[in-house]
Amino acid sequence: MYKYDEIDQTIVDERVAQYRDQTRRFLAGELTEDEFRPLRLQNGLYIQRYAPMLRIAVPYGMLSCKQLHKLGDIASKYDKGYGHFSTRQNLQLNWPKLEDSPDILAELATVEMHAIQTSGNCIRNITTDQFAGIAPDEVIDPRAMAEVLRQWSTFHPEFALLPRKFKIAVSGTEEDRAVIQGHDIGLEFYRDSQSKVAIKVWVGGGMGRTPILGSIIREHLEWQHALTYCEAIVRVYNLHGRRDNMYKARIKILVKALGIDEFRKQVEAEWAHLKGSPNTITGAELARVSKHFEDMPYETLPAHDAGFDAALASNTAFAAWVKRCVHPHKTVGYRAITLSLKPHGKAPGDATSEQMHMVADLAEQYSFGELRVSHEQNLILADVKLSDLFVLWEKARANGLATPNIGLLTDIICCPGGDFCSLANAKSIPIAQAIQMQFDNLDYLHDIGDIELNISGCMNACGHHHVGHIGILGVDKDSAEFYQVSIGGKQGNDASLGSVIGPSFAAEEMPGVIQKLIDVYIKERTPEERFIDTVRRLGVAPFKAHVYAKDEIAA
Amino acid sequence: MSNLIQLIDGIASIVKNEWPIVNLPASQVEQRVQAGKVVLFKLTGEESVTPEQIATTAVPATGKIIVPLSVFIARKNELASRIQQGDVGVWLDTHEVLEHLIENQADLNTLPIIAVHVERFADGRIFSLGTLLRTRYGYKNELRAFGDVLRDQLFFLKRSGFTSFEIRADRSAQDALASLEDFTEPYQGAVDEPRPVFQRYNRTA
Repeated sequence: MYKYDEIDQTIVDERVAQYRDQTRRFLAGELTEDEFRPLRLQNGLYIQRYAPMLRIAVPYGMLSCKQLHKLGDIASKYDKGYGHFSTRQNLQLNWPKLEDSPDILAELATVEMHAIQTSGNCIRNITTDQFAGIAPDEVIDPRAMAEVLRQWSTFHPEFALLPRKFKIAVSGTEEDRAVIQGHDIGLEFYRDSQSKVAIKVWVGGGMGRTPILGSIIREHLEWQHALTYCEAIVRVYNLHGRRDNMYKARIKILVKALGIDEFRKQVEAEWAHLKGSPNTITGAELARVSKHFEDMPYETLPAHDAGFDAALASNTAFAAWVKRCVHPHKTVGYRAITLSLKPHGKAPGDATSEQMHMVADLAEQYSFGELRVSHEQNLILADVKLSDLFVLWEKARANGLATPNIGLLTDIICCPGGDFCSLANAKSIPIAQAIQMQFDNLDYLHDIGDIELNISGCMNACGHHHVGHIGILGVDKDSAEFYQVSIGGKQGNDASLGSVIGPSFAAEEMPGVIQKLIDVYIKERTPEERFIDTVRRLGVAPFKAHVYAKDEIAA
Repeated sequence: MSNLIQLIDGIASIVKNEWPIVNLPASQVEQRVQAGKVVLFKLTGEESVTPEQIATTAVPATGKIIVPLSVFIARKNELASRIQQGDVGVWLDTHEVLEHLIENQADLNTLPIIAVHVERFADGRIFSLGTLLRTRYGYKNELRAFGDVLRDQLFFLKRSGFTSFEIRADRSAQDALASLEDFTEPYQGAVDEPRPVFQRYNRTA
């Protein structure tokens, strides 16, 4: 992974000093709350319902074991001994003290970490596929470009105060795993007809109050121009995006208002001036950064391991875990594994300090000392030998990290919701927990098969509910917490937004509602048909009919 | 005491303000000057300032002045000799269309000063306006930010091509000076240093 040189380290250190002084001025009354807000937000500090929340950047989801140990230390020293991994692949601390935040950042800087631009109206953490660099279906490893983009966007002076937050995702695989179409800018890397690295540029996607899938603004962009083309897009947005209404301020609203053709025209006109300017990426720079993402020193291994095969045959619990949590690797004899942060009945995406230290140790021992955070809020060890899987599983299981539910109904994407977040209309974690307990039967879960259930506590959609096969949105109904259910959303190449099935439900009704949706699916599915495919084939109607059937509501 | 910081050859100091701002009179008409309405202007062609406002703007008879863009455009003949003498600068709001200035003033460098008014700290359009004036339109003279200008914008303003900063009256310009040195080596190329870090240094992996 990327290692800082002196220049990177100086920037992060100077940021700590700058932020320390900003915080000092605020606490001394030299800055008003309104004036301090944009400053602390640009450093990931929210003032939440009960305490500040600090969002720590995990660039494109990559962590070293040293960094994770530090996060574990920070969570126990400055917080209540746990942290929450977010859908932007970041880590959030829910209980730090404002006065401590400069010290936390100083500690982070010692392990090449920061909280720069993890919130606020600026370019946020760049996200990508959690299997980048090791996925068999990968065409281009996008991490070097993600790092180049990270550096370019860090304190970009022209884009320091945009109309609204701005999210960029990169991906280089055949099957998109980075929700490219759900981002303000999505950069899809591919090889063109001359076998050169090119980018398909998507723009104007986003979740939130008005979910919109991105449009293609450019089919073919040479990689050298990634920064200048993004500059053209963000400049048009910075100048012309709405600033009068925060709910209409994302770039998707501008793209929609102008139409993609007019928007493209303006961007291309801007780019005509920027193309070839000094921010054009050089081959030397890409090569320098790419060096940090070279293949691990893999051993030459056989495709099969007798011990693994034996364990698989004799141990059904291990077999269930392998089925759900072990993923293919481009190198023979290696696998990627997902450590589930979704044990039933716990807050999805949460990890305790002990678990962080444990995972860091596992990464060190079995996966070259590195790991990744997925946007589905799990942790990934990307380079594990087949022969190590069984012992790794035993250790993970002993620490509550081996729930074999990846990609299943209880692998719920969930925002912190009303338990923590001051924006939320409703709690989301208890709903996730109640659904997990309703389906707390692994055989049944495996029978239901691949399904994604996403929960957001408000229309800001941090829980990506629009692209959940089942999406749940917390709404405020006469000051009471209710939940709106949609089905048919999907991430990936054939992304779609879910359709709301009807009036919202009270919290206690939710497990039953999900049960009914699943019942319809089980009854109607054809062999091998996934939930999402059944919904696409049949439409919302049969699901809606069963969920809202009169006698059942009375019951 | 003056609250104006000026960069001269890259050195920042507090200087006397020699350029009074001429303001438009308050409009009786509901103005479409809300942030973000530029899209609306482009789509509908609506103007933000009324002809009455422009006509009734009180312009001091002598001395250096910075006039609103709309007044500069509409009353250019009246100001012609003073423009010639280098006594007239122009200011614009962040929602105004920069191209209107360009269309009406072929040689921007006739103007000794251009100023951009920040209505709210969080309005980052000023950075794009500065960048465009410097890189697209070749403007070389003083570029000033005024309005809701506080120390934590200065680093970005400097990088976007601004050379003077009128700090909001209730804050200390002296304190603000330090922020210009917040970062020693920025990553990306911008107006003040067009070369990104990978063009300036031979960084090794």
